[in-house]
Amino acid sequence: MKPMFKVSAVAAIGAAALGLATATPALAGEITVVSWGGAYTQSQIKAYHRPWEKLTGNTVNSEDYSGGLAEIRAQVEAGNVTWDVIDFETRDAVRACDEGLVVPLDHSIWPPAPDGTPATEDFIEGTLIDCAVASIVWSTIIAYDETNPVFKDEKPTTILDFFDTKKFPGRRALRKVPALNLEWALMADGVPNDKIYETLSTPEGVDRAFAKLDTIKDDVLWWEAGAQPPQMLADGEAIMVSAYNGRIFNAQNLENKPFVIIWDGQIWDLDFYGIVKGTKKLDLALDYLKFVTDTQRNADQAKYISYGPVRKSSMALVSTHAETGIDMKPHMPTAPENFKNALFNSFEFWADHSDELNERFNAWLAK
Amino acid sequence: MAIADATVQGITVDGVPLKDKLRRATRTSRVRAFLLVTPLLLFITVSFVLPIADMLFRSVDNPRISSLLPETVAALEQWDGKKLPDEAAFAALAKELKLRREDRNLGKAATRLNYERGGMRSLITKSARKLKRVERGPYKEAMVEIDEKWGQRETWAAIKLIGKRYTLVHYLAGVDRRFDADGNVVTQPEVRRIYITIWGRTLWVSLLVTAFCLLLGYPIAYLLATLPLRQSNLLMIMVLLPFWTSLLVRTTTWIVLLQSNGVINDILVWVGILSDEGRIRMIYNMTGTLIAMTQILLPFMVLPLYSVMKTISPSSMRAAQSLGANPFTAFVRIYMPQTVPGVGAGSLLVFIVSVGYYITPALVGGSTGQLISNFIAYHMKSSLNWGLAAALGAILLAGVLAIYWLYDRVVGIDNMKLG
Amino acid sequence: MALPPYIGPLGHAWHYLFLTICAAVFLFLIAPILVIVPLSFNAEPYFTFSQDMLALKPDAYSLRWYQDIIDNRQWLQSAKNSIIIAVFATSLATILGTVAALGLSRSYMPFRRVTMAVLISPMIVPIIISAAGMFFFYSKLGLAQTLPGLILAHTALGTPFVVITVTATLVGFDQTLVRAAAGLGAPPSRTFFKITMPLILPGVISGGLFAFITSFDEVVVVFFLAGFEQRTIPRQMWAGIREQISPTILAVATLLVFFSIMLLTAIELLRRRNERMRGLSPG
Repeated sequence: MKPMFKVSAVAAIGAAALGLATATPALAGEITVVSWGGAYTQSQIKAYHRPWEKLTGNTVNSEDYSGGLAEIRAQVEAGNVTWDVIDFETRDAVRACDEGLVVPLDHSIWPPAPDGTPATEDFIEGTLIDCAVASIVWSTIIAYDETNPVFKDEKPTTILDFFDTKKFPGRRALRKVPALNLEWALMADGVPNDKIYETLSTPEGVDRAFAKLDTIKDDVLWWEAGAQPPQMLADGEAIMVSAYNGRIFNAQNLENKPFVIIWDGQIWDLDFYGIVKGTKKLDLALDYLKFVTDTQRNADQAKYISYGPVRKSSMALVSTHAETGIDMKPHMPTAPENFKNALFNSFEFWADHSDELNERFNAWLAK
Repeated sequence: MAIADATVQGITVDGVPLKDKLRRATRTSRVRAFLLVTPLLLFITVSFVLPIADMLFRSVDNPRISSLLPETVAALEQWDGKKLPDEAAFAALAKELKLRREDRNLGKAATRLNYERGGMRSLITKSARKLKRVERGPYKEAMVEIDEKWGQRETWAAIKLIGKRYTLVHYLAGVDRRFDADGNVVTQPEVRRIYITIWGRTLWVSLLVTAFCLLLGYPIAYLLATLPLRQSNLLMIMVLLPFWTSLLVRTTTWIVLLQSNGVINDILVWVGILSDEGRIRMIYNMTGTLIAMTQILLPFMVLPLYSVMKTISPSSMRAAQSLGANPFTAFVRIYMPQTVPGVGAGSLLVFIVSVGYYITPALVGGSTGQLISNFIAYHMKSSLNWGLAAALGAILLAGVLAIYWLYDRVVGIDNMKLG
Repeated sequence: MALPPYIGPLGHAWHYLFLTICAAVFLFLIAPILVIVPLSFNAEPYFTFSQDMLALKPDAYSLRWYQDIIDNRQWLQSAKNSIIIAVFATSLATILGTVAALGLSRSYMPFRRVTMAVLISPMIVPIIISAAGMFFFYSKLGLAQTLPGLILAHTALGTPFVVITVTATLVGFDQTLVRAAAGLGAPPSRTFFKITMPLILPGVISGGLFAFITSFDEVVVVFFLAGFEQRTIPRQMWAGIREQISPTILAVATLLVFFSIMLLTAIELLRRRNERMRGLSPG
């Protein structure tokens, strides 16, 4: 009987230990990651959320928002933070940092490159800012539907064509913010790329940009959500649109739409991850960010959407689209062929001037 | 005499004067009635009135700079604004910028100042960074050297203005006005004027929608009121169904109907009235807002009109006609004056609702069909200028309450009819 | 509408013109709602009638957009939220509103005008202002982005309708009935359930329906207060119209139209019952 008892005692302890082991996942955490929705969020879920959940046993709640800081500010002010990690547009990241809505990040904690280069040197310049770490390079481009009868004889190839309503009559769609539109207006007015922000910093430059926008104002439809422009092209509401390159890539390759991207004058930008100040899950959130900033992971998102990595060591790892097998390299905003006449969106300029230029833009729109 | 007195005063069986007893009974009834209302009154106060009061307070509340840069604000108190402030103000600001940089609150101050004056954000952050190396005064020269903007009195005027604990700047901004460097109220420069246009447009759209609703609603209300009950009940469903249908559904239907490749354009092209390239732009502009809002608010006009017309006896018209008036004169001189209460009620109702309209303009208004509510939402959600949003809201609320007061005088709240 | 015999030919012309105008206005009111019903069965992802649809070919019609609603977790989730919020908000609004209306309609009610003004203020204040105020205040209390927060907000928006409809029913209410019951020795609770309640019930129910539809159709407050998890049907439709206008929205819209027809029928039946009970109309 005695040995029997011993065995059962061991079994009991083993069971207890097992119980403890199975209990661990139940204790595992849950964080809420907030992003832009649609195909973009899908690519993050596949490239980041699922693998992290698998590795750590934690869960990621994915929520959508449409940019801006209103909700985050309300949460922080009320001391009731329910969002943990946010995917920010650059200007929002800078501003959230200014306003103390996100926690300062120590960038030396991100994983080094496979060859041992520390993260702080491996990330492209400008992609590590005080309270946020960049995740992708994306770009705003002009796109058109090549089957539209307007383009029967000639196809548009430059920003100039976008502003040429004689050559290509019909409605165009632009995002309902001054950012990028003023830059394009100056480009179309003959200002070289490296002088754009310098010109925009002067009152005359701003007048000049608005004067150029005036020439197409009656033909512009304004969009607010990233999903709108491809839809406007598909519905024939607009003949040319400004859009995020990833959305057009998806329409071209997953929905077989006859859309063409004009890479000339593309304005490239970054998306950042930040952690909301006052989150109760700071450690988990940091753990998540350490995971997604890793070299391989940073390249993985490009398997699902045509946005490029921000680590030098990740560039070479960009491969093919997970579902269609398309080689993703030529679709990256940073591909040399596409990057020839690219402008970097100056968030410093916009952080400073967006209040007054938004005001003026709204006044201009309302006239 | 004594007997008569007792009869007048009245004494109850238990010897208490009737008047007192009645007063006590009345008081009990009053308290009882009020107790029944109390739960809802408390609920509405907490869940609705307080939130609105709290928001309205934000339109004048301005704590940020006065709490982040208190010494600078104090030093600027005595400044007359004529010349540059003295060294004390420079020193105070330099000290506080360094402090705020250390406790990571600099950005908050910079953003707030940037609302008032573009470029202040970079000026503040840059200066704070460079001031780290300036150990001692005089700070005036040092700061002007860092950026010449510190040598302009407008920069300081902005700090002084935004440093006030309570402010009217948002109300001024809400009507395209601002304080200049000397503290006078002046009109915004041409390129920044917007709200006068938007207020004007909101009033104009509301008036137009009210007029359209009256124009379209009057005939059908008349028809409904004069038809036999069975038929009018059937037609009434056509008024009530839209009324009960989701606002989003009705807005969607207008997008489907009016867009370039929508049903109406398709029909017009198919019939041959329009060429394929000549499709009319009926949506994402003012036209879209007007059409959709008129259809959505029409029941609000028809229902009050109908309930007034229903009470008008047809015999007065017949009498006038039998006395020799032609039908048209009889209608205009006899019938229409009797419908004025209905016209007033319907028009005020439609007008009140249109002035605060948000959803439909946001979805079908494009850039030329946006009303004041859309700008309040914009400042709430996008620009984060909550003070301005609150001020615009307060002005709108005051306007609506004024019309509502009028409505109460003309129609009476108690006479409000639903469905 | 029969024409009186003394009207001349000009009168006839006027009359027919008048009827044509009325027909046009009714068409304007109802046609948009009817157009979307067939379009929601479109087999193609477009918002126009295809040639095949006009030719009534069966292939041109399909239920794929309805299937889409069922397959989409977000639509189901938002339907669930809408129903939870509307049901709780309606119950709360109906109880609070009815009790308040009983007090308000007593002749002894003090500060009647002011109280009434406060109670129906949620109906008067432009919704954007209410939403903005609630956004700040509810965030402070930790009620933003929660279902209870939305329920409270919608209750506040719904109560004015209950107060108004129930007060209106009580205007025609014969108070001597209550006194008679009390005189016969019935306790107040019994008087309420046996006498008052049956008489005001139609008003309570139609007020409740108004509160329900107010909550069910409300989007601005949801826009400000709800997180992604608390999205309701109108909020989801808003996102759909804004971002990706697919025929699924038309399918949802069609379902909502049928839903409103049901509500409308309920209201109409109640109204008739109410009028019959008071002997106001022959039925």
